[in-house]
Amino acid sequence: MGSHGIKDRVAIISMGCTPFGEHWNKGADDLMIESTNEAFANVGLTKDDVDAYWLGTAMSGMSGLTLSRPLQLVGKPVTHVINHCATGSEALRNAAYAVASGAYDLAMAVGVEKVKDSGYQGLVGASHAPTDGTARSLTAAAMFAMCAPAYGKRYGVSNEEMRAVLAHIAQKNHYNGARNSRAQFRKEVSTETICNAPLMAGGLGVYDCSGVADGSASAIICRAEDAQKYTDKPLYVKALSFIAGSCSGNADPNYDYTAFPEIAMAGADAYKQAGITNPREQLAMAEVHDCFTPAELLIMEDLGFADRGDAWKQVMDGTFDLDGNLPINPDGGLKSFGHPVGASGLRMMFEAWLQLRGEAPAERTIKHADRGLALTHNLGGYPGEMVSFVGIYGNELG
Amino acid sequence: MSLPRGILAASGYVPYRRLQRSEITKFFGTGGGKGTRAVASYDEDTTTMGVEAARLALSSASTTADALLFATADPAYLEKTNATAIHSALRLNSATAAFDMGGAVRSGMGALAYALRSNHNALVVTSDRRSGLPTGADEAACGDGAAAILVGEGDAVIAELIGSATRTEEFIDRWRTPGDSRPRQWEERFGEVQYLALSSVAWNEALKSADLSADQVDVAIVTGPHTRAVKAVAGKLGVAKIAEDLTATVGQTGTAHAALLLAHALETAEPNQVIALVQICDGCDIMLFRTTATLSSYRPARTVAAQIEHTADLAYGKYLSWRDVVKLEPPRRPEPGRISASISARTQEYKYAFVGSKDASSGAAHLPPQRISRDGGAIDEMSPLPMSDIGGSIATFTIDRIAYSPSPPIAFAVVDFDNGARLPVELCDVDTDGLQMGDRIEMTFRKLFTADGIHNYFWKARPLRG
Repeated sequence: MGSHGIKDRVAIISMGCTPFGEHWNKGADDLMIESTNEAFANVGLTKDDVDAYWLGTAMSGMSGLTLSRPLQLVGKPVTHVINHCATGSEALRNAAYAVASGAYDLAMAVGVEKVKDSGYQGLVGASHAPTDGTARSLTAAAMFAMCAPAYGKRYGVSNEEMRAVLAHIAQKNHYNGARNSRAQFRKEVSTETICNAPLMAGGLGVYDCSGVADGSASAIICRAEDAQKYTDKPLYVKALSFIAGSCSGNADPNYDYTAFPEIAMAGADAYKQAGITNPREQLAMAEVHDCFTPAELLIMEDLGFADRGDAWKQVMDGTFDLDGNLPINPDGGLKSFGHPVGASGLRMMFEAWLQLRGEAPAERTIKHADRGLALTHNLGGYPGEMVSFVGIYGNELG
Repeated sequence: MSLPRGILAASGYVPYRRLQRSEITKFFGTGGGKGTRAVASYDEDTTTMGVEAARLALSSASTTADALLFATADPAYLEKTNATAIHSALRLNSATAAFDMGGAVRSGMGALAYALRSNHNALVVTSDRRSGLPTGADEAACGDGAAAILVGEGDAVIAELIGSATRTEEFIDRWRTPGDSRPRQWEERFGEVQYLALSSVAWNEALKSADLSADQVDVAIVTGPHTRAVKAVAGKLGVAKIAEDLTATVGQTGTAHAALLLAHALETAEPNQVIALVQICDGCDIMLFRTTATLSSYRPARTVAAQIEHTADLAYGKYLSWRDVVKLEPPRRPEPGRISASISARTQEYKYAFVGSKDASSGAAHLPPQRISRDGGAIDEMSPLPMSDIGGSIATFTIDRIAYSPSPPIAFAVVDFDNGARLPVELCDVDTDGLQMGDRIEMTFRKLFTADGIHNYFWKARPLRG
């Protein structure tokens, strides 16, 4: 028994990513066609060359037909995966295992979400399963809002200090997103604007919450030994880890809302798979699930980017800024991209793809790309009841 | 010699919010008056208020009920029995029958009368939510509330029934047709004359049945929806002390009011006193009780007096929206769908009675109940863990300004209970400004929302007061 990972056994050989935003004139079909065609074209492949597909979508479809129909795939297996906000990453993880197993030579992971057709702000309508009406009906914003005062109380961070820390996180991600042509929001936002924004839940204002956007991203993968046939700059999968929590934080008084154990477990497993011992110095960058600013703060500690109780200081010191030692969300994160649930995980990998291949535009190129390793992370659910994905990718074998 | 039969416990439930009657006058220029009226929260109906009163009554008694009668003039359901939800929330035995006596204000007194005549330990639950059109007399003078009286026999009786009389008469005094929220009243003098005549006959008969004269009655409770007739009748009884009628603070609570006033009177009564309970409503019903020595050791779980003391004002605009007089713009979020009958039946112990589970091997508490323990992984070694009377503290909390609620915003807390359980749960009856981590809470039965005509009942936490 053990979690061994598939380090260096599969490679990403091409990716595509649509601009994220309010695509009033495009449906999920259009978005999937765009992101997959970009990925095909980059390496001169066609849809028929790919042996199997994995589709990640949480609200835009119920089966593989959601992809096979618009792409007119004939005789191809298409697997629909859904796993909360890690849905896009799960498409790639499962496709990677299929290739590593030898079942297929070429597989494609496609993530898509068409969110803006619901008529409501925010992410709504994910589940229509019948209930007994006893489950809480809070927004995610309210659930994550509870982390900020809990963290502040545990580590002696005043409300004013916490406001500044969360504003720095939002300001940083918008700064990065302003330098990304695919981002939904491409404007820098001052910390003053962030602090004075209308409150949504608890102490969280509009700018502490991720946007809501439509989008799609895709990746083609093959066995590592075949990668050079398609590109001289493949990304090798170093680690893929996923944890579905037991939800005991909801029932266990020992859970204190200052950490996400599911993320810490997924992170530790991924570092073991990849052979990483010091993520702060070995990783060139990380894309993390900044659905709400307190989430990004806690994730820094769960993934070992800062000591427990120290992340808020590191945030203020600029450690995670674009020019910091470990840039977090150099593409702008969920804050700038919004969160089309099925696409977000693959969108994060797309930034790792650009940065590690030296293809990110100069204005948002990270300092330590030479470290050659990037991490992407999703969480799905809420504090106390969460799924978490951590993936690590490198531009060299070994 | 037969055992004394009478009241084992009596409790009132008065909702937290108060409307200052002067606010009505300020807003419309007319209507209103002095004092306050009690207002059921947007998440309360006659069933939930009845549950709260019933919980207090059972907590004050040493025995449980083997029959449940529920009376209200504002039932949450027609066709379907409302008493079953109360029965479930109280975890009464399935063999304990539960019936509604609905529709008429008089039915509260009727339920009590027949409970006293039965051979059951009967729990009589009365509840009402009183409305009228804006600026009308009913809007200001009435109130919302509930009361529960457990009747039985033996040494635990705190007030023995020693006499009674009743008169029934068909005449049109007050009426309301189904679906209409506005009660109407005939010219007052007509009813007053009718009630004076009826009560005079009934009063003499009641005194005779107990072999008492009026001056041997220590206190008389006189109530009924006809304000003017109530005053006139009270003045003619010949009893030195007329009980406080709570109209200045709570308002007249219709079906619940007689039992509410009785519960209130018993809070300050001494042993061996005679209390007369007189209701004039479509006739006249009178009961005479003598308090027993047991009363001196009786301690109500929470007094009506305490609930009159710990209150918070409600803006008139909010009142109008809670009563559906004014419809406010809802949050732009989808409204919840109806609950599933079959799932709710499977989870009934949790949903209605707030029973979790406790793992025998590790002692770990689970809300909602689980089959496999979060601590140690034992399978199916759980025992039921009743939680509705367990206190707790707020571990952390938040205010959600964007989620759907019938009355936004939602206040929400992670509650750690004193027996080691935890539940993230909605708060109610809360003024968000003063909330703090560590605040003490108690659980209360509420209506979360209604969809497709189905009420979704569950529990919320509210700050512990008084």
